[in-house]
Amino acid sequence: MLAFIIRRLGQSILVLLVVGLIAFSMFRFVGDPIDNMLGQERTIEDVERLKRQLGLDQPFPVQYFKFLQGAVQGNFGVSYRQGRPVSEIIRERAPATLELAFVSGIFAILLGIALGVFTAIRRNGIAANFIMASSLIGVSLPTFLIGILLIYLFSVELGWLPSFGRGQTVKLGDWWSTGFLTESGLKALILPSITLGLYQMTLIMRLVRSEMLEVLRQDYIRFAMARGLKERAVNFHHALKNTMVPVVTVIGLQLGAIIAFAIITETVFQWPGVGLLFINAIQFVDIPVMAAYLMLISVMFVAINLIVDILYVFIDPRLRADRAGAH
Amino acid sequence: MADTNLPLTERAVEKGRWQRFRESDFFHAFKRSPVAIVSFAVVSVLVLSAIFAPLITSTNPFDPSTLNLMNGFTPPMEPNAFTGQQFLMGTDDQGRDVFATILYGMRISLFVGASAVLFAMILGIVLGLISGYFGGWTETIIMRIADVQLTFPSILVAMLIFGIAKGITPVEYRDQMAIWVLILAIGLSDWVQFARVVRGATLVEKGKDYVAAARLIGRNPWAIMIKHILPNALSPVLVIATISLALAIIAEATLSFLGVGAPPTQPSLGTLIRIGQGFLFSGEWWILFFPACTLLALALSVNLLGDWLRDALNPRLR
Amino acid sequence: MKTAKKIFLASLLTAVAMPASAETLKWARAGDALTLDPHSQNEGPSHTIRHQMYEPLIIRDTTGAFEAALATEWAPSESDPNVWVFKLREGVKFHDGADFTAEDVVFSFERAKQPTSDMKELINSITEVRAVDDYTIEMVTDGPNPILPSNLTNLFIMDKGWTETNNTVKVQDFEGGEITYATTNANGTGAYKLVSREPDVKTIMERNDDYWGKDQFPMEITEIVYTPIQNAATRVAAMLSGEVNFLQDMPVQDLERVNNADGLVVKKAPQNRVIFFGMNQGADDIEADDVSGANPLADVRVRKAMSMAIDRNAIQKVVMRDQSIPAGMIAPPFVNGWTEEMDAESSTDVEGAKKLMADAGYGDGFSIRLDCPNDRYINDEAICQAAVGMLGQIGVKVNLDAKPKAQHFPLITDGKTDFYMLGWGVPTYDSEYIFNFLVHGRESDIGTWNGTGFDSDELDAKIKSLASNTDLDARNADIAAIWRVVQDEQLYIPIHHQVLNWGMAENLAIEVDPEDQPKVKYIKLN
Repeated sequence: MLAFIIRRLGQSILVLLVVGLIAFSMFRFVGDPIDNMLGQERTIEDVERLKRQLGLDQPFPVQYFKFLQGAVQGNFGVSYRQGRPVSEIIRERAPATLELAFVSGIFAILLGIALGVFTAIRRNGIAANFIMASSLIGVSLPTFLIGILLIYLFSVELGWLPSFGRGQTVKLGDWWSTGFLTESGLKALILPSITLGLYQMTLIMRLVRSEMLEVLRQDYIRFAMARGLKERAVNFHHALKNTMVPVVTVIGLQLGAIIAFAIITETVFQWPGVGLLFINAIQFVDIPVMAAYLMLISVMFVAINLIVDILYVFIDPRLRADRAGAH
Repeated sequence: MADTNLPLTERAVEKGRWQRFRESDFFHAFKRSPVAIVSFAVVSVLVLSAIFAPLITSTNPFDPSTLNLMNGFTPPMEPNAFTGQQFLMGTDDQGRDVFATILYGMRISLFVGASAVLFAMILGIVLGLISGYFGGWTETIIMRIADVQLTFPSILVAMLIFGIAKGITPVEYRDQMAIWVLILAIGLSDWVQFARVVRGATLVEKGKDYVAAARLIGRNPWAIMIKHILPNALSPVLVIATISLALAIIAEATLSFLGVGAPPTQPSLGTLIRIGQGFLFSGEWWILFFPACTLLALALSVNLLGDWLRDALNPRLR
Repeated sequence: MKTAKKIFLASLLTAVAMPASAETLKWARAGDALTLDPHSQNEGPSHTIRHQMYEPLIIRDTTGAFEAALATEWAPSESDPNVWVFKLREGVKFHDGADFTAEDVVFSFERAKQPTSDMKELINSITEVRAVDDYTIEMVTDGPNPILPSNLTNLFIMDKGWTETNNTVKVQDFEGGEITYATTNANGTGAYKLVSREPDVKTIMERNDDYWGKDQFPMEITEIVYTPIQNAATRVAAMLSGEVNFLQDMPVQDLERVNNADGLVVKKAPQNRVIFFGMNQGADDIEADDVSGANPLADVRVRKAMSMAIDRNAIQKVVMRDQSIPAGMIAPPFVNGWTEEMDAESSTDVEGAKKLMADAGYGDGFSIRLDCPNDRYINDEAICQAAVGMLGQIGVKVNLDAKPKAQHFPLITDGKTDFYMLGWGVPTYDSEYIFNFLVHGRESDIGTWNGTGFDSDELDAKIKSLASNTDLDARNADIAAIWRVVQDEQLYIPIHHQVLNWGMAENLAIEVDPEDQPKVKYIKLN
């Protein structure tokens, strides 16, 4: 057991090292940093000085090691665009993204499970088929277009909801600013959350539906029905409970996707989170920010993977050797 | 899922292929599903009109020198105020015929989507076979990469590859490069599902007697994998490929919105939508509406077809 | 009506807190200031934000005329033609309470001359700035400089004490990714004080009630909330839904919709900015084309032909929806040296252009890459795209490479593009500014934005002499002569002068500033 966890941990660290290497080589590939920093009037001395200053005169492995050293301490250097430490900027922007991800995650889970159960139970009903079909429309249009259409309808035509930003935010402690405590903050969350959560909602709904259908056909359910248990009780107490294991796994894995797809939603709604920061970094060739974002996202994904793996082992030791085979 | 496909090939060996197909459960299920028939028809019409675009329309919207800017913003079925020309679906901000541009744009979208899926499929199948058949550390490495890749969202992978490729390709090749980078980027972010399914099937089949026998007589492992193991995984691969195609087409549109997609002089459906959304408030609805509807029709039908395929190939759900 | 409202509000004040929204300017545009450091990044949106908090010695009002800011009087010295004398405003305080004196002016000019400063080109004729007494300044130039004041309207004055205390004397090295205190903090003498700033998210300013001009300007806005909104559709939606009451960078297609909306108006004025294409004609061979061993752009006939292929009226009608004025020279009409005749010199003649191409030996055309920004000028990418089609008609096959401005501009200043779009505004209202940046051969402190490779010693000498020519008639004759060369050589392909549109709530009253730099202190409420 312990050996398994240690092995997985070791693998995860290896993965992070590789991602770190990619993030680091971005410094070299996406434009020469010296080129970006010094203008037309640079002299040979300028180039040499800056090279020394940035440590670029050292061998590549040494540079990489130094970058990792900084990254482990949360030091990703200074943003070219804002002239502030990257870690500080990301800490400032993270609450916006996390709150948005949280609300859209809740939206996706609650509505997804509810609709999934409904469409499974009323498998051949008109309403269920309608929901299934229209959920496909939701995933057949690009997210940015859905966002813009929502803005057009609810901000411009109806004037009900704000079209951009977080509204009024309240500072909690030193680093956290929340939009949950003001009316405008809550209103501002609605459209971006729907835009961001729609895809995951559909995914969860379809998963719950097919798992439900699978479970409902199992013998013990049929037996329960035959024994005369109320349909409702069977549906919710027995069937749904057994559906939840794969659903929870998928939700865990989708958490990362929500944060990454926030890039698009944040661009459309001018939502001041890390996704917008990343897009701006790309526009400004702000390599330290790009590298930091990449590292953070990978740490998060690798951590999610590790947790899911370990949980699996606790739930069912038989799966230890082969998680993927369960699919 | 891997163990549930139908042994279609083993039945009715003497009959012709077409006849075999017509008598198969698969085709019967298709005939009975109106959704499947309609989606199949829509996809066929769209794909064919994209392929034969130059025969359907006489204008080539990708040749900028043939455009007349004065035709810009012509509403559908109304004569242009300056030139008097009339267009079925109007024109966009550059005076391009929206109808023709959709046909040509769909070519880009379909080409990028299909190539990306093909690329992902081949990569996924090869890696899935290798990891399932050989096991050991090869398997560990491949599946670990797959784990990370699966959680790492496609958009981000694609943007990363795009960024790096833009950094290392010489500027003069960037125009041609864009589409290939798109294919590579979307494909690379999409191979994991294929690999997992194929690996699963491989694990199951590997234990069976006929594979063991083939190994004993010393057959080439690749021959075993491709001839014996792979056919058992084909139906789930087909389902995943269909759904991936829809996803790839939408991913391309999303990347265009983020400014890393097809160039505006050779717009894909996604680029057209990005351009059109700028005219949503000003009343020139057709620039957005027609491309968006086309994309919706295409992605929706492919999705429905994929859905139906999954049900049809999985007899337990029937 | 207004007084009645004031009395009403005043009576309310005792009972309840005044509704803050009534005087808040909710201001949005596409991009944010790059930095607050007054001497780093000579760029429009950055200057616009600085103008609310910092002040130069002299500013321009909405008509472009000089107005006294921190200097009350200025004139050339009677004894020495190489010296300008400035009388400074007395009793002015910085936001932190420090007094404004001559010492601060001397300090700020020295700061702006540092190598990392982006303002150094504007004052490179100044050799010394000295304080005669606390409220008198003398500026010594390297020769008589009749138009020195027009170079000073974006040159902001910082407090020496504040800058030194906060260790930010060195101008932020923006390109080097440097951190300084002045990047995100501000301490000026301006009408608004910085409350908070999150780059790319939100900048909040409040009224400076100790401002020297409190009684002279309306100053009816008490708070400014400035939010960049990148996505054009979102930006317009924010205005239509009332979340924003002042909007710059309006998409031209949405002007009508905004103007027709209840409670909103669009105000327009010609902008002090011209859009054009630059061509690398100096190199023997260029990278961006498919002709090897030769540079087609080096042939003036090719350059003329390319200019003749551009249908400026079609761009104006369709791409710009009449929000532009076709241009024949790369000077906006506000500028000394602009003439109506030269501005009409661009003509469209596809057949003639084809003939010129054939004469030059490029009858079969050639292909070339066009570098274009996609987030800087009004419809920049669409203009480039239209040009691609028009140039295609004379056989010039153009590959368009559109990218964000932060990636586009370094290509020009580093000489890495051979065919590019650029826009130029002229804050000095004088041709010398254009020549210094765009016509003079490229050197370390002059000609820095001249990506054409054009370098004529004769013309350079003439440009250099403009700075010290006190005989205005002779100077204007020189300017005209330089323009003649620029026109005849087809150094650039002019496209159009931009027309500026500001969307605002009906209760706000401000005239559109031709430099696209709204100064909030002028805004009245009605």
